[in-house]
Amino acid sequence: MSGILNSSVGRKFAMALSAFFLMIFLVQHFAINLLSVCNSETFNEVSHFMGTNWLIQYVMQPILLIGVLFHFIMGFVLEIKNKGARKISYVKNNGNANSTWMSRNMIYSGLFILIFLVIHFLDFWFPEINIKYIQGDTSGLIDPNNAESGLRYFEELQHKFVPVWRVALYCIGFVFLSLHLLHGFSSAFQSVGANNKYTKGLRGFGKAYAILIPLGFIIIALFHHFNQ
Amino acid sequence: MNLTLKIWRQKNKDDKGKLVDYPVSDISPDMSFLEMLDVLNEDLINKGEEPIAFDHDCREGICGMCSLYINGEAHGPDRGVTTCQLHMRMFKDGDTIFIEPFRAAAFPVIKDLIVDRTSFDRIQHAGGFISVNTSGNTIDANAIPVNKHDADTAFDAATCIGCGACVASCKNSSAMLFVSAKVSQFALLPQGQVEATDRVLNMVKQMDEEGFGNCTNTGACEVECPKGISLESIARMNREYLKASLKG
Repeated sequence: MSGILNSSVGRKFAMALSAFFLMIFLVQHFAINLLSVCNSETFNEVSHFMGTNWLIQYVMQPILLIGVLFHFIMGFVLEIKNKGARKISYVKNNGNANSTWMSRNMIYSGLFILIFLVIHFLDFWFPEINIKYIQGDTSGLIDPNNAESGLRYFEELQHKFVPVWRVALYCIGFVFLSLHLLHGFSSAFQSVGANNKYTKGLRGFGKAYAILIPLGFIIIALFHHFNQ
Repeated sequence: MNLTLKIWRQKNKDDKGKLVDYPVSDISPDMSFLEMLDVLNEDLINKGEEPIAFDHDCREGICGMCSLYINGEAHGPDRGVTTCQLHMRMFKDGDTIFIEPFRAAAFPVIKDLIVDRTSFDRIQHAGGFISVNTSGNTIDANAIPVNKHDADTAFDAATCIGCGACVASCKNSSAMLFVSAKVSQFALLPQGQVEATDRVLNMVKQMDEEGFGNCTNTGACEVECPKGISLESIARMNREYLKASLKG
């Protein structure tokens, strides 16, 4: 088992495992965001639970960060290695004849998702870390000195989606996420060796996942922009 | 048919190389692509010019020598064929056709359109075989029962001719379709089980050492493979590799 990451097949497997983890996380993130559209109080309660539960904060959150970092770093490492495997390019190359645009441009869709994630972290994650672990306020209240002021999460979410530029940026980010998933979902299964009688159905499910989840995120962003 | 050919000319492996234009006329639509190149070469020889170097052997689609990248696709625009089986009727009168050698760091150009594919041989040497006692007590392979599905799938994998179209078509120059076909043809049969662990580990190791890229599952290899080797082979190799890694 040692040195599996030194082999091309092992690296594929590791990329796929991190992709599975991130795709499961995405569903969980979407489900919580959907609560903000359905019921602001429940959204506040779940957000507070997620933001203060030690298992999520000290175990799951670091695993998630490692998963995200690993997926991006390994993606770029593989791209550099793959570029080195063809030092002279074709003068004429008809990639559209045998593969999809999404499959050939995972590095670019991934790069845009990375830019989007940096903005997303600056918008939500870093302020949370600042409030909870630097200022030391784990109350989750709008006014930490007033227990009646209510939880702050829904209000903060709505406030973030006031500027049109941010909503537009998020929509573009989710379009690139969709393009990435359109290839990535089925590719992850192929990488772990799953290619059988269920593959056709899995590809259909993957396409639905790749379109519906990002579309859902877009609708949530637009909902909060137009329902201030 | 009258055509303009843009052909990669490169004197030797150290030469930079460039595309050179060659007009050809009176080409029959029933000619194979290699026959069309023969016509051009005869013309060049008659003019006292250096003919174009290209690989060919059987000219019936089984040797895998004719490694040409034509108009941006390995073996040209037709499906399930090698270059010798590609006919000029796939093109239109007046077309401009780009002809380049297969490109990969592991397939260095030797001259013009000829590339060195001995990296495939070294991968085969690393494990693409079974050890059989041939001292006179050899058991007839047909005496070992193999179910029909496995026998057919193994045969499908064994039809890989090692032409390198998978590497040429892959944006990463990955050789995984080739290696997986060679791993699959043995992994599916009882005769291949004894050396299964070492085979997949050694062949993948050699593939990586040769400088082929990593597979990103674009599927271009499967589309361009003249023998229709499926991505299922790569999935099987991935499973075999992980199983072997856990054992080893």
